[in-house]
Amino acid sequence: MKIPDLAELALRNLRESVLRNSLTTVGISVGVASLVAMLSLGTGLQQLFSRRLAKSGLFDTVFVSSRRELRGMGREDERKGPNPGESRVLDEAARVEIERLPNVAEAYPDIRFVSELRYDDKPHLTMISALPGSAKSNDAFDGMQGSFFSSDAAAEVILQKSFAEELLGKTPALGAAEPSVAELARPLLGKELTMRYAQRETPSPAPAPIGHDASSSDDSVAGAAYSVVSREQKLKIVGISDLDPESMRGPTRAKVFLPLALAESLHIMQPTDLREISRAASDQPVYSSISVRVKNPAQVQGVEDAIKKMGFITFSILDASHSLQQVFRVLYAFLGIFGSLALAVASIGIVNTLVMAILERRREIGIMKAIGASDGDVKALFFAEAGAMGLLGGIAGVALGWAIGQVINFGTNIWLKSQSLPPEHFWAVPLWLVGFSIGFAVLVSLLSGLYPAGRAAKLDPVQALRYE
Amino acid sequence: MTPASVAASVTLTAIRSENLCRHYRMGETLIRAVDGVSLEVRSGEFVALLGSSGSGKSSMLNLVAGLDRPTSGSVIVQDRDLAKLSREELAKYRLHVVGMVFQSFNLIPSMTLAENVELPLRFAEVDRSQRDKLSREALERVGLRARMKHRPSELSGGEQQRAALARALINRPKVLLADEPTGNLDSHTGTEIMDMIRDLNQQLGMTVVMVTHERALAERYAQRLIFLADGKLVDDRPNGPTSFRDAQGGQP
Repeated sequence: MKIPDLAELALRNLRESVLRNSLTTVGISVGVASLVAMLSLGTGLQQLFSRRLAKSGLFDTVFVSSRRELRGMGREDERKGPNPGESRVLDEAARVEIERLPNVAEAYPDIRFVSELRYDDKPHLTMISALPGSAKSNDAFDGMQGSFFSSDAAAEVILQKSFAEELLGKTPALGAAEPSVAELARPLLGKELTMRYAQRETPSPAPAPIGHDASSSDDSVAGAAYSVVSREQKLKIVGISDLDPESMRGPTRAKVFLPLALAESLHIMQPTDLREISRAASDQPVYSSISVRVKNPAQVQGVEDAIKKMGFITFSILDASHSLQQVFRVLYAFLGIFGSLALAVASIGIVNTLVMAILERRREIGIMKAIGASDGDVKALFFAEAGAMGLLGGIAGVALGWAIGQVINFGTNIWLKSQSLPPEHFWAVPLWLVGFSIGFAVLVSLLSGLYPAGRAAKLDPVQALRYE
Repeated sequence: MTPASVAASVTLTAIRSENLCRHYRMGETLIRAVDGVSLEVRSGEFVALLGSSGSGKSSMLNLVAGLDRPTSGSVIVQDRDLAKLSREELAKYRLHVVGMVFQSFNLIPSMTLAENVELPLRFAEVDRSQRDKLSREALERVGLRARMKHRPSELSGGEQQRAALARALINRPKVLLADEPTGNLDSHTGTEIMDMIRDLNQQLGMTVVMVTHERALAERYAQRLIFLADGKLVDDRPNGPTSFRDAQGGQP
């Protein structure tokens, strides 16, 4: 029989005992809905975590440090990493080289230092770090009041919320409601801070000893001399951000942010410089670490490998998200299994319905065979009926699952709002899940139809015709 | 056999059975529904299979129809040895070579007359446009054009049997097999159906095998009477030309 005829006859037969078939189809749709609900919860949670991780700005970033620093990232690196003695110095030349690697968007030094900021003539000691211009597009600054730095070298500053509280003397008691960022921003935006810092001053044109170049500078003690001068810099407050200072993003551990170019031009003495002094490697600044932003999170691994080949130690969130993905895979499997249980029950319903249909339509099967239907025709017809129930149930189930998800999303967001937390979407029904669920429902239905269809096809026409 | 002689045998012999047996077990006892029947039906012949109930005449018809398989012996219809056909080939045979009408009409109750009549065309994978035309023509021929959208339950027995006849003929079979076609009809509509079958036999040269227990009916329409009892052939004789002519003359 041709497919359109088959579909037509199957649908006609389904309509004939509409109640029973609808109930079976509802059973399938409930099964599919539970599968969709479970898997979309899994997908939603995973997306939520990914979003949170992306907000931390780490997904596309590789942190590079030198083995010369005593900052091994773990035992693995300790064993496999390059020998500290052979490791390269993480200086400007290395940064430029890294920046030129394929797929690298930018590589900038992590400048971080503790300094004193004066506001209203009161000193506040805090951690300050520099941000490149590209940080502007980072999700992390979504909730910021005010604006980002007007230029990369502007004498401007962005404050972290808790530091703003400190400046205003509004640090809330533990457990008390936190003041909103907007509230904190109003009195502070546009005001000026004075930053005191230690400047590292290279004595101008120090004649380098003849016959020595940079690579063999280990014994060039004379070249490593520089002086430290105390300076002040006025800074305008342009933004208050509600970044979590304890979040995973390295630079955000600081509470005050400066534009990168400004910070570089100030030649601020950093804690790592002190360590470098004792080794007196060079009079050029050495970076304790460099952040490398990769064009696409998918390319992080490749860039990381290339940097490792250069002899540096790297760290990226990919490593961390790897194990997270493992966890999600397991979670997914569990959710999938629980979701499928209802569908398995529904598939028994299909078998039952079709076996009943065979008994009921025994004579009809006999008639069809007598007038020339082959075993294949009869089998295909029952198969088509099972498939149609699966398809209808699958579509209805996806809709139902989606609706359940919407309701739960709505409910939890009301709850989140009451807890004054931002709304979240932890329920996602991606297109692949829609396709997969419907396909899976059809597949399960066809499998369930296998036995009844085979039984119907094998029916002896003479006996079937005798049946009243 | 040369191709010419094959063609000749097709035209001469429609059905031939040799020592045909159909036995089956019912509990402890072996039932010999058909027990060594050998017969030959020529092309274009109108044969009545007569016998009391349980004589094996319906079992015999089922074997010829390809609905059942012989336990032993052979049955050859239109040069096809039915015992040697696969299930698939047997279905094709039922679809194209033979048409069947039953005592209880056997229309599918959930389908309209038009749908019932075109069902074999669906199995034969005939195009939809062609199907509509053929089923309309077939219903027109049996005078049911106006009723084509009705379901069988809305029709009288005679109308249902006419629709069943239209369905049996839709794939232009060579052989028509009728199992007590008038058994559920009153004598008037029975005659109507029988006249139609006789017209098919005489005008289109269709071979007709009819199972009946009404001897008068058989004598009135058939050219040859075959009597079965206990699964065995007990008598096989031509219907007297006189009585055949009488049957014709009996019509007003």
